Order: sequence, then structure tokens, then C-alpha cells
Amino acid sequence: MKLHATGIYYQELNESIRRSDDPEVVIDGLCGQRYIACGAKDRRFTLYGTPGNGLAQYMDGASVEVFGNCQESVGDTMNAGEVVIHGNCGDACGYGMRGGRILIEKNVGYRAGIHMKAYMDHYPVLVVGGTAGSFLGEYLAGGLIAILGIGANGAYPCRFFCGTGMHGGKIILRCDEAPSGLPRQVLVREMTDEDRAELAPHVQAYCEHFGGDAQALLAQRYYVLTPNPEAGYRQLYTFE
Amino acid sequence: MAIDFLYPQYEVIRNPQRCISCRACERQCANGVHHYDVDFGCMMSDESKCVACHRCVSLCPTRALKIVKTDHTFKENANWTGKAISEVYRQAGTGGVLLSSMGNPEPYPIYWDKLLINASQVTNPSIDPLREPMETRTTLGAKPQAIERDKDGNLVDNMPPQLTLNIPVMFSAMSYGSISYNAHASLARAATALGTYYNTGEGGLHQDFYQYGPHTIVQVASGRFGVHPDYLNAGAAVEIKMGQGAKPGIGGHLPGIKVGADISRTRMIPEGTDAISPAPHHDIYSIEDLRQLVYSIKEATHYKKPVIVKIAAVHNVAAIASGIARSGADIIAIDGFRGGTGAAPTRIRDNVGIPIELALAAVDQRLREEGIRDRVSIVIGGSVRNSADLVKAIALGADAVYIATAALLALGCHLCRSCQTGKCNWGIATQRPELVKRLNPDIGEKRLINLLTSWDHELKEMMGGMGINSIEALRGNRLMLRGIGLTQKELDILGVKHAGE
Repeated sequence: MKLHATGIYYQELNESIRRSDDPEVVIDGLCGQRYIACGAKDRRFTLYGTPGNGLAQYMDGASVEVFGNCQESVGDTMNAGEVVIHGNCGDACGYGMRGGRILIEKNVGYRAGIHMKAYMDHYPVLVVGGTAGSFLGEYLAGGLIAILGIGANGAYPCRFFCGTGMHGGKIILRCDEAPSGLPRQVLVREMTDEDRAELAPHVQAYCEHFGGDAQALLAQRYYVLTPNPEAGYRQLYTFE
Repeated sequence: MAIDFLYPQYEVIRNPQRCISCRACERQCANGVHHYDVDFGCMMSDESKCVACHRCVSLCPTRALKIVKTDHTFKENANWTGKAISEVYRQAGTGGVLLSSMGNPEPYPIYWDKLLINASQVTNPSIDPLREPMETRTTLGAKPQAIERDKDGNLVDNMPPQLTLNIPVMFSAMSYGSISYNAHASLARAATALGTYYNTGEGGLHQDFYQYGPHTIVQVASGRFGVHPDYLNAGAAVEIKMGQGAKPGIGGHLPGIKVGADISRTRMIPEGTDAISPAPHHDIYSIEDLRQLVYSIKEATHYKKPVIVKIAAVHNVAAIASGIARSGADIIAIDGFRGGTGAAPTRIRDNVGIPIELALAAVDQRLREEGIRDRVSIVIGGSVRNSADLVKAIALGADAVYIATAALLALGCHLCRSCQTGKCNWGIATQRPELVKRLNPDIGEKRLINLLTSWDHELKEMMGGMGINSIEALRGNRLMLRGIGLTQKELDILGVKHAGE
């Protein structure tokens, strides 16, 4: 189905999508309409313009490709599926995400990938071509966040409080020098071949969608953040 | 170290003339208090391990056991009580955060006990519920703001989704993880049989319990454990947990040791990993953000489920509730500072938040003043202990109440407040299979049904006594209450007159 979103409120727009069982949904003229593909399962969304907050929230298997920028809470509590964004993405992207993949061509805002978690065959992946804002991957419990830092000239591609409270998962950052000033819950090391092998399919997918030389990109210097088992979240308790 | 020594709080008194050394107490105690001494040919006990849960006492065939509070004491001091001193020793010895479970046990005022209920005499005669129809069914949810008609003048059904309760009591959120499979089974079955609802808590919904979906409220908390579209659509309503009365302002931590195979599947996290619920939802920093989450759930459930927002009763609760009422939430749940928990830092449990009675009165008043009381239903919890508390809560403005501690007591909990150890001898707050099986869900279901059936009858008796035959006529009817021994300020906040006025 093809929809023109100009001037249509999100509830009406989403209701017409729900009423149809067409597996292919193409919407143009999006301007802030919320919750597109919210909870969607086996459908394919092609979106033009700027979808609003909550794109692909609770999404459970659908695939979404956005030709434009995205707003807040993309893929919030997403369970499965794929979101591809040809542009930038706002705040709180991938919060509590449990599975599937989000590929962002350019930058992502604050609070990306907070409390992502993995479970059995659910393994969430967030790939950002450019840079990320503060609070990236806080409370990370599982899955993979990769910040490719394209255009950052080798500088640290995040801001403050990256990985605070992290207790699982992995954050891979492309930068020339090891990040400093990270919270004590985080261990930093240079990327190993094993990490590179894990990252490779996602970088390849990134380059297939957005262009670029995957091999050249993978050959760069990366640092890997993992939880520090010594300084984990675990507090010492004493009982009554 | 000698300075860390704390004399046990409770002593196990065994009557040697009655004890037959059958060793039932030994088998029943997961804390390892009792053992049989072969050399002496008798049962011995290590009272330092006793939590005063009375499992052994209840199952001793000869009634040979009792548990008494020790009379061992520090030198009497009204300021530095034995508890205050012991806590300092414990923290100095370990460097740990004091952890406790169940509700705030400190002697704060209980306003329920300072409110008295009215009854009719002579005029407006009382009603006998045995003879007259008496309505205690209630519906929760936003009510339509206006009558709508289509172009032909026919009424448009604009009723938002509602929950229908045969009795204005629901079972409050307790996660699978904090309580056992059999405890959840008992609650789910009883809620179904009674025509009310139980709440999954934030630990996801076990596959076996999807069948009770029409009587289930599924919860979405900051950890988003087990949350996916099928889960959201499995229940009758979705509750967003912003806060909990026992621990306002902080998150949760289910230690990895409690995350076994079944819990792992339900929460959708790997076995043996810590389940951390961050203190805030990181996608909610304002009422506008809350509105966004509320509507995301409505979208994911196709506007068919009411959305509940649960908050802890804190100082500015009325203003917060006003914001929530405007966020699109259908129901506000408010949890008072005496509400229970599977584990909370003691200082927070005992010092943060306010009594539910005051919070409820303030919220109901504020929403009425702002003309938005119809937009939401109010459900309160945080220590409703009996049907009199229930009547008072409804008269103060609640549409229904949540109970959890009372429900656990019905299942056998003895309020030993040791849930965090995971060694519950009554099979409730534990994941050990040999302990879980002690709670028979058939019996648990029956006891919960008994409890609420008796409360319902008492509710009807008290309503009848007031000459009221419908719960609607009791709701917010504060003239049916009088305060006793309260200051003018307290009366003003509660919106009730003093007894005799």
C-alpha cells in the first residue's frame, strides 16, 4: 500500500496501516507522525520524510527503511526486525532493545542503546555511522553497539557518561586513541580479530545500504568497551 | 570479630517433654535452624539462623516449639535502640547497604485506624445485603467526556476500554522472580475465579499463565523485561511502573543467582545474569515523555487496553497525578510508603514517601478541583489490610485497591521479612523447587477466593449500614468518614470532619 502522510494525524495513519494486510507499506510526506511500525511483525515499511517519535517501538520482525532523518525513541523495546535510517537519528534510540538491528547512516543523539539486552537468539545490534551523544549504552546488559565515527577524523565518537552502569554486552568505537575518563564499570581494550569478525557483517550491511568500503573501514583502529566484572553493578548488601 | 557479634533477635523454645525428635522441624527449615544431635539424642537449634517464619512451629506435630523475642538487651536507650545499634555494627562490619523486605514496619501513624465509618439510624434506613441487591462491581478506566452522535443522530460508542472488577480489589504487582511459580499460579487462578485482576510485576509473563490473560495486568517497568507485542496484548491492561511505594525513586536488582532457567525464559535475559531495573525509564523525563510511552502502548495494543501508570506516593503526588491524568493514562495506581517489596534498601523503605491515605485524599481532591477526575480511575495500594481499610479508601476517593501483602498472608506468608534471602519456607518468595512445591496452588487459589469473598461480604455489610447499595455512591463520599484524634491540618488534608462534628 502507498500512503501520503501530509496533514494526516498519526492515529489515523497507523489505523489505516493496521486495517490493511499488505506486506509492503510505502509512506511519503512523513512529518513527525509517531509510532510508525509500532509492534509490527511481518511487513516491510519504506518511509520518506521524517517519521516521528517511537518509530519501530516494540517492533517484532518487520523491516523499516527511512529515507530521511528520524526523531526520538526509534526501536524502543524492539524485539526483532531491522531499521535502516538514511540520515540522522534523535535521542533514546534502541532503549531496552532485545533483538534486531538498527543501522544509522549518520549521527545518533543522546541516550542511544540504553539497557539493550540479549537473550538466546535475540541479539540487538545498533550501528551508527557517525557519532553518538552522551549516555551511550548506559546500563547495557547485552548486544552490540558500534559507533563507526565516519567524519570524526579519529576523534572519540561519543560524549559523556558512555557505558555507565554497563553490566553486559559490548560497545565498539572507532577512534585513534583509547577513550579516557570512562566510568569505572567499563573496561577498554583495542579490538581483537574476534571482535572484528563479529563487527564485520554489520559494517558490510552498513556499506551495502549507505555506500563505502567495508574492508577499508574494518581495517581502521577500534576500541572495545566491555563491563568490568570487578566494578559491576553488584552492590554489597547486609541484611536485617 | 567480637564487635560484630549480634545476639539473635529470636529464640527457639523447645519443650523437651513434648519433643519426640521426629525431625519435622529440621526438614522444614531452609535456614538450617534445627538439627538432631546424635550424641545427646535430642533436637538442637541454632537460633541465630531463625527468621521467625513459624514454619517449624506450624508443622510440629506435638506443639513443642515456639519462637519468642529475645530478652537479651543492650542497655536501655530510647534514642540508640537495639536496632539502631545493631545496624551500625552490621554496616561497620560489611560496608554494605542495609537491605530489607516487605513493607515499612516502623511505627508511623496509620490513618486508616484514625478514620471511623458512618452508619444510618432511624432516617435513611440501613440495607441488609442478604436481602437487598448490593452492587460492588466497579469499572476502571477513563470515562467519555461528552456524548457523541453521528450525522443521523445515533449515539456513537466512545467508551474507552475498561476493566470490570466484581469486587474493587486487585492483586498488586509481584514479579515472577520475586515470588514463586506456585504463588503466581494461585494469584492468576483466584483473580480469574473472582472476576478481578492480578498483576505480573516487571518480570514478564510465564507461558503457562497466558491462559489467564483476560484477568492479568501486564507491567512495563524501566528494565522492560519480557516486554514484546504479544506480552502487551496478552493482558487485559498494561501498567507502566514509574515507582513503587516501598522504594520510591530507585530501581531494582534481581541477583543473577535467582535467575534460573524458567525466570530467564520469562524475563528474556540469560540465565544467571543480574536483572537490573534502572531507577528511571530512560525514555521518560517529563509528562510529555510519559504520554509518548502511554500512547506507544495504546498503538501496540490497538487502543483496546486501558493503560495504568503506577507511581509511589511522594510529597508532590497530587501535582504528579494531575500530570498523569493528562498523559492519556486511563488509570492511576498510587502506592503508599507502607507497600511491600521483595527487597529494598532499608533506609529508603523506612524513610521515603508518604502514607497512602494522605496521598489518596490529596490526589482525589486535586483532580476534582481541576475537573479531570473523570478522565482517570484511581487505584491505591500500600497497605490495605482488611475490608475496613477498603471502605475507607473508597470513601476517600479510590475506585479500587491493590493488595499484595494481604494476598501473600493468605498464601501462608508469616511476614518474617526475609524475602531477599530466597529461602522462603512457605514456598512464596523463593525459586528453590523443594520450597516452591510447599505452596499448593489449588489451596492457594481457594484461600485467596475465601479472603476476598469475605471482604466483599463485609464491604456490603458496611455499605448497607450506611444506607448505600452501590459502590459508586460510596466513592469519594467523605461524609461517611470521621477522624479520631487527628489535628485540624490532617483533617483538612483528608477532607473529613472530626468525630462528633
